[in-house]
Amino acid sequence: MTSVATAPQASTTAPAPAVEARGVHVHLGASHILRGVDLTVARGEVVALLGANGSGKSTLVRTLVNVLPPSAGTVSILGRPLGSTVPWGDVGYVPQRVSAGTTVPSTAGEVVASGLLHGRRLRLPRGWRARVQDALDLVGLADRAGDATSQLSGGQQQRVLIARALVREPELLVLDEPVAGVDRPSQEAFAATMTRLVGDGLTVLVVLHELGELAPLVTRAVVLRHGRVVHDGAPPRPHGGHDAVGHEHVHPHEPGPLADEHRLTRGPLPGAPGTEARS
Amino acid sequence: MILFDELGYMLGDPLMQRALLAALLVGVSAPVVGTYLVQRRLALLGDGIGHVALTGVALGWLIGATMGLASADALAVPGAVVAAVVGSALIEVVRRRGRTSGDLALAIMFYGGIAGGVLLIGLAGGSSSNLMAYLFGSISTVTSTDLLLTVVLCAVILLVGLGLRAALFSVSHDEEFATASGLPVWALNMAVAVVAALTVTVAMRVVGLLLVSALMIVPVAIGQLVTHSFRRTMTVASVVGVTVCLVGLSLTYWYDVSPGATIVVLAIAVYAAVALARPLLIRRRPAGDPHPDIPDDVEVATTPAGTRTGTRSGAGDAEECPE
Repeated sequence: MTSVATAPQASTTAPAPAVEARGVHVHLGASHILRGVDLTVARGEVVALLGANGSGKSTLVRTLVNVLPPSAGTVSILGRPLGSTVPWGDVGYVPQRVSAGTTVPSTAGEVVASGLLHGRRLRLPRGWRARVQDALDLVGLADRAGDATSQLSGGQQQRVLIARALVREPELLVLDEPVAGVDRPSQEAFAATMTRLVGDGLTVLVVLHELGELAPLVTRAVVLRHGRVVHDGAPPRPHGGHDAVGHEHVHPHEPGPLADEHRLTRGPLPGAPGTEARS
Repeated sequence: MILFDELGYMLGDPLMQRALLAALLVGVSAPVVGTYLVQRRLALLGDGIGHVALTGVALGWLIGATMGLASADALAVPGAVVAAVVGSALIEVVRRRGRTSGDLALAIMFYGGIAGGVLLIGLAGGSSSNLMAYLFGSISTVTSTDLLLTVVLCAVILLVGLGLRAALFSVSHDEEFATASGLPVWALNMAVAVVAALTVTVAMRVVGLLLVSALMIVPVAIGQLVTHSFRRTMTVASVVGVTVCLVGLSLTYWYDVSPGATIVVLAIAVYAAVALARPLLIRRRPAGDPHPDIPDDVEVATTPAGTRTGTRSGAGDAEECPE
């Protein structure tokens, strides 16, 4: 636990699983979203959480980071039961994009700096500016620290949220569709950053719609369907070589069935974030 | 010269000294809290608390009257503090339980606060006109005791509002992320609610309960017109808040007008002026193409350098090259 994240042996001497969920049930209102999910993520693993929209992927990760209370089952994170004893400073969470801009403007640097606060740490630590700058550098936004987040494009806003999770140098990174609506070069840059961090011992649990650029990195895939785990093992091959290298992934530019599927339950269609950011 | 003499007279007046000091403190603190309220889309919370505080004023009055205190309104301000804190804590609880009923609860607070105030002041043997000083402010009657209370409460407000700025920003900006970071979200939300309640009761003296919210919100509206950072919005808002409070109050030394109304009208005038002048005020961006020069994966027939914008005709491009 105290071993530095940069030590490569962190993955081999794993003391306790990074994530351990047993029989997790979650109810949201009247709907029974998760129906007995078991999930273990060992240290150093990169686990992709796959499944159709509405299969419970987001609900599961939001439960794991203590945003939603499980109605049954147990969850432990980095060897501690879910709650205030979890070393939250070692956990980075990237939620799905906050679509509605807040009314008071905030800069990318300010948003990233808020990632330095966790647990009982309510004030920014010494040297926070340099750390924020480094984190923005990791996602390729080094020169945008002073820009209002509302002036950034959708993909850039997503990268700001990734920087906010990385700034605390987590041991476990939980990402909810981090590359949705992000263009290919940015996805490649993101995958390269992740490769380096994983090489340094980072454990990753990532909700994905398709493996895409992260495919070489993913060690295991867990597929959810109707709130249950239906596959836990090698990353499955999607039909039609959807994520194959060289596959030209082009979405129809009108809100057709393909585009709808992409973010059905999450508001804006794929085309929307980029356009709204320029207005 | 005459102006300086007049200013000298004004500053030499102990009544005016106390009033100016109170206005200064309120002018700094109210926008600090207002920034958090605006960010969490609770701009009207101050109004709701203000209405409930009126019930507190009347309740304090009633208790003072039944206890036979020398001055009937001795407990009015403490009553307002208690009622405001309870009211805002209640709003926070309702907001947490279910989001949809949040503005309904606020509306009920509006009506209940005014009705309760008028009802209780009648029972206390007073009349609605006794409430006027609280509804519209009475800064010219600030006593040394009032001033001391103002200083203490403003110190608490600034200590929480500025000392916990990073944490309060995190919670107000993205509550889900703050929860996932293990931050004491509930306590921080409560801190904002309580500090907002204290602000209302402190500002009650200066601008009155009906206009309290304006002092919390309008300077923030001005701030966000001219900056794009949270910290600078708060700074600009505080500077504007202090300026309009001091200028507005000073005007009432020479002209017989309501200080609270003058301050608020002044703030709104500044807002209008800044909104109109905004195109001239905002920092000019360096000229040129704001789009980063990175390759996209869209096959386009011809893309000569410098004419990229020509190919970006439809909104459909956004999926492939959001930057």
